[in-house]
Amino acid sequence: MTPILDARDIRVSYASRGRGRAVAVDGVNLSLDEGEILALAGESGCGKTTLAKALLGLVVPDSGRVTYAGAPVTYRARDLRRLRRGVQLVMQDPTGALNPRHTVFDAVAEGPRIHRLGGDETERVTQALSHAGLRPPADFLARYPHELSGGQRQRVVIAGALALRPRVIVADEPVASLDASVRGEILALLLRLRDELGLSAVIVTHDLGVAWNIADRLAVMYAGRIVEHGPAADILTQPRHPYTRALVSVLPDSPVGAPIVLSGETPDATDIPAGCRFHPRCPALADGTARQSHVDGDCRARDLPIMDARSPGAACHLVAPPALGWPA
Amino acid sequence: MSLVDIRDLTVTYDARRAAVPAVRGVTLSVQAGASLGIAGESGCGKSSVALAMLRLLPATAAVGGHILLDGDDIATMSFGKLRAVRWSRASIVFQGAMHALNPVRAIGGQIAEPIRVHDPATTRADALTRARELLRQVGLPAWRADSYPHELSGGQRQRVMVAMALACRPRLIIADEATTALDVMIQAQVLDLVSDVIARQGIALIMISHDLSILASTCDELAVMYAGRVVEHGPTAKVVAHGAHPYTRGLARAFPTVGDPASRGRPRGVPGDAPSPLRLPDGCAFRPRCPIAIDDCAHGDIPLQAVAEGRRAACLRAGEETP
Repeated sequence: MTPILDARDIRVSYASRGRGRAVAVDGVNLSLDEGEILALAGESGCGKTTLAKALLGLVVPDSGRVTYAGAPVTYRARDLRRLRRGVQLVMQDPTGALNPRHTVFDAVAEGPRIHRLGGDETERVTQALSHAGLRPPADFLARYPHELSGGQRQRVVIAGALALRPRVIVADEPVASLDASVRGEILALLLRLRDELGLSAVIVTHDLGVAWNIADRLAVMYAGRIVEHGPAADILTQPRHPYTRALVSVLPDSPVGAPIVLSGETPDATDIPAGCRFHPRCPALADGTARQSHVDGDCRARDLPIMDARSPGAACHLVAPPALGWPA
Repeated sequence: MSLVDIRDLTVTYDARRAAVPAVRGVTLSVQAGASLGIAGESGCGKSSVALAMLRLLPATAAVGGHILLDGDDIATMSFGKLRAVRWSRASIVFQGAMHALNPVRAIGGQIAEPIRVHDPATTRADALTRARELLRQVGLPAWRADSYPHELSGGQRQRVMVAMALACRPRLIIADEATTALDVMIQAQVLDLVSDVIARQGIALIMISHDLSILASTCDELAVMYAGRVVEHGPTAKVVAHGAHPYTRGLARAFPTVGDPASRGRPRGVPGDAPSPLRLPDGCAFRPRCPIAIDDCAHGDIPLQAVAEGRRAACLRAGEETP
């Protein structure tokens, strides 16, 4: 099956004043099937948002290629319009994403107007609101953002994305700014959109609970690379990369036992460590496990290959090479 | 005597056209060296409780009830006494460390400031020495005293805030969403640090957060707030695992346990939204969202009452076997 969205060898860097270039995404392969929900997890600065922007055509990668529905994105205006209609962004903060002086109708109709989609605008808007769980839609059309609750605002933002009838949604921390009791409802909505409309989604999140709740597949990023990916349930119950293990271990009632609190912080994108980029903080290197397996030299000196988009595995010298082939 | 005794606290904000009841009668106490978590969502009044404890609320807020700190009533205290109480008896750590620190002063001097204010006999050099000592206690090298806030990461800045909170050897630390803006791993580091410091120095902790899982790992007791009231209070582990109030149960389910098959593929929340403090329903404020509400819930005041040893809940059906 052809993936709906595919990224090959994506590399994105930014000029960083006086410190050379910050490499935000340092070679990433990623693919998304139709009807699949993929969580992209990692801490601040790991490159997950930049990667999401590259998938949306909002940043042009230094190298690599994004393919949408089988056709490579060339960054010409017409191509980008096709990509941006089919791949819609849902942002973190619904209050910031909505214009306080636009009604719900205007907010949802804005996308179709920009893309000059003909047809019955009111029908398109009410249908999108209904899909986003704002029912009956007529009650919401004339309202302003300040008249809505946080959860309702996020539904309006989602309706704005749905109004273009996209095939993929890229949601950047879609529930991080919402109250816990409302969060579950929005996540349930994303699941329902997949089931009812066949939408695919990339969910960028720092919260592994979100991945456990709704993701089919999980990719964990660290310092610009994907360090582990595979079926979400497998990774979250049996993480193989020491970084993923640590992340899972600090969760409440963690499935992997005692918490491993890593010292230090994620490396600066202008100064990524040589060898395995995680080695300065790696508990398996510090406690001698890597040495026993005779890979400690490699950890310090040999970079790991970029992970394939299809085979589950972990980019770690300690972990056996990933199994070939992706289970159908 | 309790270290902190909050009795029937009310906080009402004076908005343009209306009085907004943010806290509607909260009674809680904390013993010396103990830890209390206050959980709740935006607008439930938890931060107003924290600010009221050190009389930090704006002038538009009317405060009722009593807050006793070591037996002294905060409300009637002279400003001079209050200044002495802040920092030295109770200190507070806020969420935004970037905004709480002065960007144009080195952090050592900022930590030294409350020390010298509270003990004018301390020389500048002594206060700076103590500031370096405090930085070491929170896991930062002493030379960081010469750094400016922008040279530190978010987690390091939050450590500086903890160092400042410890500067005058308080008996109580109030942490208001102190780790919310931090990454999971940095959050775990800061929580470890706080737990370690309060245990070693016998400091009491009141931790306020929307994140039940953080409170579960840090606090002995937990109070859950909804619409300006405490709706449940008891030992943290019991409250989180077997909430007596339906809101507590809904909130606990909203934090999935990774690895628990019950939450895999099934995100859960509480339908509806919290009521506006200006339009509170009659009876139980949670009734419109409550899956087990009965007719009696619509009338009168639902008081917080004992449901088991050391546990209180404000629900008419708290004692029943309900989903």
